[in-house]
Amino acid sequence: MIPVRQCLKLAPLCCQIRHGSRMFPQLKRGSFNRITDEDVNLFAGIVGQNGIKTEELDHYNTDWLNTVSGFTELVVSPKSVEEVAAVLRHCNGRRLAVVPQGGNTGLVGGSNPVFDEIVLSLERLNNISHIDPYAGIVECEAGVILQNLSDKVGEHGYTVPLDLGARGSCFIGGNLATHAGGLRVVRYGQLRGSVLGMRVVLPDGQILDGRSNMRKDNTGYDIKQLFIGSEGTLGVITDVSLLLPQTPVSVNMALFGCDSFDDVIKCYRLSRQCLGEIVSACEFMDSLCMTSVNDILGLASPLEDSHPFYYLVETSGMNMDHDMEKLETCIEKVFESGCATDGVMAASKDQARHMMSLRENIAPALKAVGFNYKYDVSLPIQHMYSLVEKIRNKMRKTEGAFSVGYGHLGDNNLHLNIITPQYCTQALSLIEPFVYEEVSRLKGSISAEHGMGLKKANYLRYSKDPSMIAMMRSLKDVFDPNGIMNPYKLLPWND
Amino acid sequence: MSGLRVLVGCKRVIDYAVKIRVRPDSLGVVTDGVKHSMNPFDENAIEEAVRMKQKKVVKEIVVASCGPSQSQETIRTALAMGADRGIHVEVPAGTDANLQPLAVAKIFSKLVEKEKPDLVILGKQAIDDDANQTTQLLAGMLDWPQGTMASVVNASDGSLTITREIDGGLEDISVSLPAVISADLRLNEPRYATLPNIMKAKKKKIEKMTPDKLGVDITPRLKILNVVDPPVRQAGDKVPDVTTLVEKLKEKGHL
Repeated sequence: MIPVRQCLKLAPLCCQIRHGSRMFPQLKRGSFNRITDEDVNLFAGIVGQNGIKTEELDHYNTDWLNTVSGFTELVVSPKSVEEVAAVLRHCNGRRLAVVPQGGNTGLVGGSNPVFDEIVLSLERLNNISHIDPYAGIVECEAGVILQNLSDKVGEHGYTVPLDLGARGSCFIGGNLATHAGGLRVVRYGQLRGSVLGMRVVLPDGQILDGRSNMRKDNTGYDIKQLFIGSEGTLGVITDVSLLLPQTPVSVNMALFGCDSFDDVIKCYRLSRQCLGEIVSACEFMDSLCMTSVNDILGLASPLEDSHPFYYLVETSGMNMDHDMEKLETCIEKVFESGCATDGVMAASKDQARHMMSLRENIAPALKAVGFNYKYDVSLPIQHMYSLVEKIRNKMRKTEGAFSVGYGHLGDNNLHLNIITPQYCTQALSLIEPFVYEEVSRLKGSISAEHGMGLKKANYLRYSKDPSMIAMMRSLKDVFDPNGIMNPYKLLPWND
Repeated sequence: MSGLRVLVGCKRVIDYAVKIRVRPDSLGVVTDGVKHSMNPFDENAIEEAVRMKQKKVVKEIVVASCGPSQSQETIRTALAMGADRGIHVEVPAGTDANLQPLAVAKIFSKLVEKEKPDLVILGKQAIDDDANQTTQLLAGMLDWPQGTMASVVNASDGSLTITREIDGGLEDISVSLPAVISADLRLNEPRYATLPNIMKAKKKKIEKMTPDKLGVDITPRLKILNVVDPPVRQAGDKVPDVTTLVEKLKEKGHL
């Protein structure tokens, strides 16, 4: 029986929520105070009654993957930077722990409370303040949903230099705090390169105003870069200025079927040589990924046969004829060299969207099959798939388990997922710390884009030198001496 | 029954997913630099012809398109999907927006004279003009039976049984060949043009023609006076409770 169906048959109907604290039984609640009615009334005074929530908090407590859940009793949603500052000032004075939360689409349990931390939601800071159509710069608040930002700047002929499957729910503030990668890093570079300015509120309520629209500004230390990727542990991002690329006029998508991962690498190399500057995404997936989206979500493969691997390449340019010429050369070379046995090119935007949706829906499809152990690692390209094969071998005796590999080939970023019918510590012990040891041995990164959050915090040493970790702790103490800002996350609490 | 020859029509239109913008002169929509693709209903038409060929009911598929030079790309897509040969009836760029169903039907009736197909399959309507006229006009000109809005087509012994999508539901008809049919969306799921096929399609022939050479006068009979955006949808009103709802309904005269 196909592994996907076998796993689905064994999975219980209820979803498996692991309370963050129970996932790590040795994790003890920090010495923070508990919320009182006075605190709640004070917050209501700052943000208004509409900005306070004390009931129906599951959606804030639990992560998108249904793998961690906390016990918050209060969600505070300020609507201005001043309100954020006032809330944090009070929390700092009272030693109340706070978890900043955006769209709650994180994959490492970084945006959910572990115990009773107050959730500070950015959902009401959703104003797009200004778009400069000449310079291609947008100023907006942290709570703007990525899709909305993309639509708004799209009206002026610009696009956000970041795109990921969670676009309909994630907030730009969260994207910055996690330094999200996504599909277009291969074209637009990492997000931090597009940030011109930012405003942040520190844990003690101080507003650090680094807003700027200058493309070049070498005046002193670039402190905003510390907050990008800090996963809400150093402060709360409230505003950002982003540099925007032009919306491409001609977008094309091609999907190739390959027999081996070596062939995928060859395909990738040829496509980068032929397509050069118009490449805007290079993704790969294996056959079990394709089976999952076919079976679970009913999305059909555009290729007739199934292939061991699939390579997806997207091009974006300003002239359709030029791009088509480059693509045709690429396709000829790929088939001449034999590194792909079949392929399709999207003939319409609908087809292009469908092909990309096959890649983007792998995570939702796998989520529906059973419990997902997700690993997002950076590895030298020639070793990317061998890790999947090693894990698959390790899991071969676990009933109903199957392993898949897919990801951003262009960034050497593998998403390794192991799926079991339900969570079990025995399966986890086969996977961890083996995965981290392997990645460390190959000098890769144990978290390419997802961040450390709660789930990976204790493994920081596998990718960072002790001196670096010590410096991170020093910086954390500078910004957050009371340790109220998103505790138990990013930095190891038990290594 | 085997060995039918099919003529399929396809049209290059603005891609269905593109946001349409009205031209500043209000006489049409902006087409410059905008993504174009094959009309979705025409994809269904080609797909049906290719399936019939795979079932050995059809032995040759000729695909024809009337339009500017870029229409050749649309014909190439059809060839990559499985059509055997193409015909491009070239119309000067810029005038193609005024190429209306009556003129297209006349062109196709000349092509039918030339190619002598047993069956003509067109898309139900083009998504730019939404006319849904060419099939019917062509059938009239040829005095052939028509099966429009087809969602199921079955061939047997010199005739076709067709299920049509109509306002009241579904209608089954039987037509004798030769006939003209128009494809609806539910007729089939069009295949992707695979890359090996796209490359093979480069070697397939596309014959070039003009309306003049076919002796067809394509002067438009209808003149577009004005093109405007639909009115902006008014925002709705959210009310906190039923009492307010009733008040508001009374205010607006609905109760």
